[in-house]
Order: sequence, then C-alpha cells, then structure tokens
Amino acid sequence: MKVYIRSAGNISPQHSLDPGLFFSQKEMQTGNRLKAIEPDYSRYVDSKMIRRMSRIVKMGVAAAITCLRNADVHMPEAIITGTAYGCLEDTGIFLRRMIDNKEELLTPTAFIQSTHNTVGAQIALLLKCHGYNNTIVHRGFSFENALMDATLLLREGMDNVLTGAMDEITDDSQAILSRFGLYKNGDFPENKTKGTVAGEGASFFLLSKQAGNGAMAELKGLQTLYKPVGFPEVETRIHQFLNESSIALSDIDLILTGKNGDASHDEIDHHLSTTVFKNKMTIPFKSLSGEYPTASGFALWLASTLISEQKMPDWLPPVRWPLKNILIYTHYLNTHHALYLISAC
Amino acid sequence: MNAPVFVAGLGVVSAIGQDANACLQAFRTEQAGMQEIRFLRTLQQGKLPVAEVKLTNSALASLTGLSSQTPRTALLSALAAREALKDAGLENLKGMRAGFISANTVGGMDKTEDFFESYMKDPASGRLRDVVHHECGAITEIVADHLGINHFISTISTACSSSANAVFTGARMIRHGLLDLAVVGGADALTRFTLNGFNTLMILDKEYCKPFDEHRQGLNLGEGAGYLVLVSEKIMTLLNKSPYCTIAGYSNANDAYHQTASSPEGTGSFLAMKNALAASGLQPGDIDYINLHGTGTNNNDIAEGTAIKLLFDPGYPKMSSTKSFTGHTLGASGGMEAVFSALAIHHGIIYPNLRFETPMKELPFTPVTKFLKDQRVRHVLSNSFGFGGNCSSLIFSAS
Repeated sequence: MKVYIRSAGNISPQHSLDPGLFFSQKEMQTGNRLKAIEPDYSRYVDSKMIRRMSRIVKMGVAAAITCLRNADVHMPEAIITGTAYGCLEDTGIFLRRMIDNKEELLTPTAFIQSTHNTVGAQIALLLKCHGYNNTIVHRGFSFENALMDATLLLREGMDNVLTGAMDEITDDSQAILSRFGLYKNGDFPENKTKGTVAGEGASFFLLSKQAGNGAMAELKGLQTLYKPVGFPEVETRIHQFLNESSIALSDIDLILTGKNGDASHDEIDHHLSTTVFKNKMTIPFKSLSGEYPTASGFALWLASTLISEQKMPDWLPPVRWPLKNILIYTHYLNTHHALYLISAC
Repeated sequence: MNAPVFVAGLGVVSAIGQDANACLQAFRTEQAGMQEIRFLRTLQQGKLPVAEVKLTNSALASLTGLSSQTPRTALLSALAAREALKDAGLENLKGMRAGFISANTVGGMDKTEDFFESYMKDPASGRLRDVVHHECGAITEIVADHLGINHFISTISTACSSSANAVFTGARMIRHGLLDLAVVGGADALTRFTLNGFNTLMILDKEYCKPFDEHRQGLNLGEGAGYLVLVSEKIMTLLNKSPYCTIAGYSNANDAYHQTASSPEGTGSFLAMKNALAASGLQPGDIDYINLHGTGTNNNDIAEGTAIKLLFDPGYPKMSSTKSFTGHTLGASGGMEAVFSALAIHHGIIYPNLRFETPMKELPFTPVTKFLKDQRVRHVLSNSFGFGGNCSSLIFSAS
C-alpha cells in the first residue's frame, strides 16, 4: 500500500498558509520567539465560534479546513491530531485563576478548552464528522505517531484521513522554557552558541491510498528513533531506513534537517554533515519554523510543497531538478529522532 | 489483520486496592473507594468526596523504585504497568518488539500546580524540576524507561476515553505485525486542576455517586492506573500460562455534538458500540456483560443508556458501572475497566453497581446491584466516552 499526501494546510512563522506568498517572500522575524502568521479566521469559521476558540484551536482549525479545501474533500473518514503541549493558553488561564482565586469562583470555559483533544474535537464538531478521532500527545513524536496511526487506518481500509499537529507558544511557556536554557539570546543564524529559537504552528495533511488527481507527494517512509545511543546508531538507522525504502542516498535530492542552532543539540547534525550527508544539499527547516516538538509538521509541509510545485523560493538555496526525493531527518532535543522520505508521485 | 490478540497480564491500582487481587476483594465485599480528601492538597477538602489511591507519593516511590519527586501519575502508572508485566511472566523483554502505549490527561500537573504558586509571585522562582515532567508524554517516558521499553512508545489523550484508545492502538499494532507485545492502558492522578475544573462544570456529586439511578447527582473523581499486557499468538505460546481473554473488537467514533456534553440520543456511544460489535463479528445478544462508562452525571447516563436501548432492546446483558467503586479516573478509566472486564471473563463474575435505588424513567433496564459469581461471561463490552465527543468501546472475549 502507498500513502499519498493529497493536500496540506499549514500555519507557521512563514507565509505557509498562502504558498504563493511563501514562495515570493521570506518572513524575517528577529529574536528568540518566532510567532505564527495568523490569518483572518473569519475566512474559515463562523465569527461567533471564533470568539470562543483559543489561538491554538483557531490555528488548528484553519490549517485543517485549508487542507480539506485544497483537496475539495468535505468529510474525512478520520481525524487524528498530535500535540506535545496541548492547549497551553487555556491551561495557563485556568491554572492562574485557580491559584489567584484560591480555588473559588472559577468559570469552566478555559478548563473545557484546556484538554488535549480540543482541536481534534472542534474539527469533528465543525464538520459533523462522526468517524475515528484520536489525539496523540507524545512530546517530539506527537506528529509522527499520529501519522503512524493514520497509516494503519489506511491499511485497515479507510481513506482520506485528516492528520495534523500543532503547538503554541505562550508567555508562560516562553518564560519557563527560557529558564531551562532552551532559547538563545539572539537570532537563529547565530550558530555554535547555546540555545535555539522558539516556534509554533499547525500542520494538517489529507492522507490517501490513491494518488488521484493532483496528490502533492508520496510519503514513502517514516521511522522514529527514541534516545539513540550515540552517533553511530543514528547513522546505522539512516542507512537502514534508506535500504528499507529501496532508495540510494545518491537519489536523495534534498535533505531537510532539524538543526536548531543550539551548539549541543546540533552536534549530531554537524557530525552527519561530514559523514552520511556529506556533499548533500541540506536545509535546516527550523530556521523557518522555529523549534517546537511538532515542528516536523512544517518540514513535511515544506517537502510536499517543494515536490508538488517543483520550484524553490529564491530565498532558499538552489537545488537540483527535478526534485524527486526529499529526506527529512529531525530530532527534538536529541531524544526524539525521526526520518521521513517524501517522493514525487 | 484478524490475528488474535491475547491479554496475557493485568495490573491495576485504584482507590479500592493497590493490585488486581485487592480490587477483586473490594468488589466481593462491596467496599467503595470514595472518602473525604486525604492526600490531595486542596481547599476543596471536606467539601467533595473523591476516590484516592490510599498511598502517599513516598509510599508509591518505595513500591516502584522511582523518586518521590516524580509526578503522581507516573508513580501510579509504573506500579500498575510493572504488575501487569510481572503477571504476564514477562519481566525480561529482550529480543521482543515491545511497545508501551499509555494514556493520561493530567501529565505532571500536580507538580506544575506547585511550581505556579511560586512562579506567579516571581517568574524567576519555582523549582524547575517541578515542571520538567509537565507534558503527558513525559509521564509515559518515565515509565517506559523504568520498564526498559524503547521500541515503540506513545501517549494518547482523548479525555475520558484516552486509555481505551491506548488499548485499542496496541491491539492494532500487534495485528499489523508491528509489535510482539504491548503494555497498554493509562493512568491519572487527582490534581487541583482537574478537581476544580470538574467542579466548575457542576457535575460533581457531593455524596457518593449513583450511576444510572434516576436521582443521580453527578460523578466522583478518582485516580489510579490500569494496564493490560497484549501479546501476539506467537508470544502467547511461549508464555507458561493461559491468557485471560482476547481482544475481539474495538471502535472509536465521535459524537460531534458539543465540546463537553453528549448528544441526547448518544450518537457517538451508539456508533462506538455498534462498530465494535461489527469488528468482533458478534451480535448484541452475544454480550454477557457491559462495563458501563456510567459516570453518574445526568447527561452521560441518559446518552449511554439511550444508545444501549437502541442497540440491545429487548435483550439486555447484565451491566454495571465500576465507577461506583473507583470514582471516575478520567484518562485511567478505560485501562482500569479493561482490567476489570478481563477479570470478569476469567473469574466468571459480575460487579455490582453500588448505591443504585431507582430506575431511570427513560430506560427499561437496570444495572446489577449485587456481586455475582459463577456466571457465564464469554463476551464483555467496555465503554469509555469523553469530552470532545470521543467515544470508544472495547470487546473482550473468552479465549
């Protein structure tokens, strides 16, 4: 069975919701917090509903609706979402009020919207979709495990499975993760120093067994690797992954890497650039999306879009044509590693 | 993809006992686990009954070998998951493709609450070790590392149906030949966040809950963990024991009606049960026992009851809500109730639905009110329905 990406919808710190604009213009944000570029949500949801939705719910819903519109599909058979942190904004609101008000005089709205399945539930509610609905909340594997679940559903006979992932930055998450030393005191390109740059966004894909008319790309392979022991295990797994996908490294036209600008996180990427990925064209996609546990959703959007459009923004380095095979190798804080192979249909 | 999936081991910790035997004993003697709040530090103490696991974090730490600073959800999870593997005779997992698929809804919120008290006064204060395990996935990883499982790990969070979805994901992965063995289920500890959250919804009973009673007033929150060890046929034959049962069917559907309320006709519940039956190849008349979601809220019980009526009328199986013993343990409930379902088949027992007095006027059936032994229990349906319309049903069958 083959897995095709029929369509995608993406909100990120780049103009990814509007691919035309994305190709013509790189969004330059400074500092260590890359904010998602949000659309006018009334183009996606009734304005009465928008007022009740938190930012992550709005981003998720808009990305999901864009994805379905792009495929002209009104009703997916299943909805699967992944999120590492869930609805942080509403979690923070309820938590702060609970502490401030000494557990009295609280209202339910923020609590109701704080559950991790809120985005998947709101999409189901908007579409009146009674099908399979699942939410994976596994840190840097939230999106990968959602895709794996979707692939199983396709194998079990379903088609048109809407799968996505989202995470949001809040003032509290930025402040607390900064105290862990996660973020830089500067911009992304300042390499070989400590810290990365925070990012956020929502990525949705419609997965199908049929290439049909105008599928964007084929998802040829996906593998995860939890806490590998040293560089050699990662190298071995990359070779195994390519073997199992029946593709030679020389057939890979572009590699999107999860290099995040933090000197210690990037040690593996620097190592690979002198071994497995030597002389290969690589782009560190987190320089565009920022770092967050489900940033690989942006990488999959970028890979599918470049392959389907067969063009490259002139603000990214040139690649060889035709662009047939893209490998994504990413890791979240060296714990959650993932490999994707995306190919032209 | 229809290969059998066997339940080879069970582990559970709840307000009625810290292992499966203790829970069974409480069922037999009809001892519910609700009490006044003793362990959770909250201003709701004395106002609301809850079903706490009667162990401090230090006691849980010494039982599991984890640090007492570990979030309580991970401590509960480790205790029950370890029991399940030991029960299966699978303490050494070398050479097996093992998965740990665990659900929870609160993650490390118990510690985050402590952190926020200091952090809100001064953003530079609060111990970072208290928020490092905030994410739901962090809980799973603490326990996966503790069990030595790294081939596949995942965390599911679909509110009150979370761990039913974890059970079903593990079963599917074994059927697809992706895993040899999966430890599946979930855990949730009580936190101030969830207790106060449910309190704002005005669905907490100030007395002990009365699921499926006409005069039900709401649910009691509980905490705990429940896990099954699922294995492929090949692994089952290597074990020196017989299985508890098989997983015969499962289904997940969405009510798509409201973020927190179930539709009056129980559309999601009906679809989950109907599709699980279809997946198992069974007819409604084959089901011997339904472990109800049965939270005791006005809304759940009428929606679930209406869906049962639509699907089973006029031949109703025996049914009960074990939440009348354990409280509603949210992300743990589907896993714990899967354990109770497997034990019902294994021992030929049916659990009572405590404190039931008056039948609901809309429903032509009533739950079982006494502990029943020497029953023929071949097929059990276990329901888990949650916020966000997430509805899942599992079917266990005698092997």
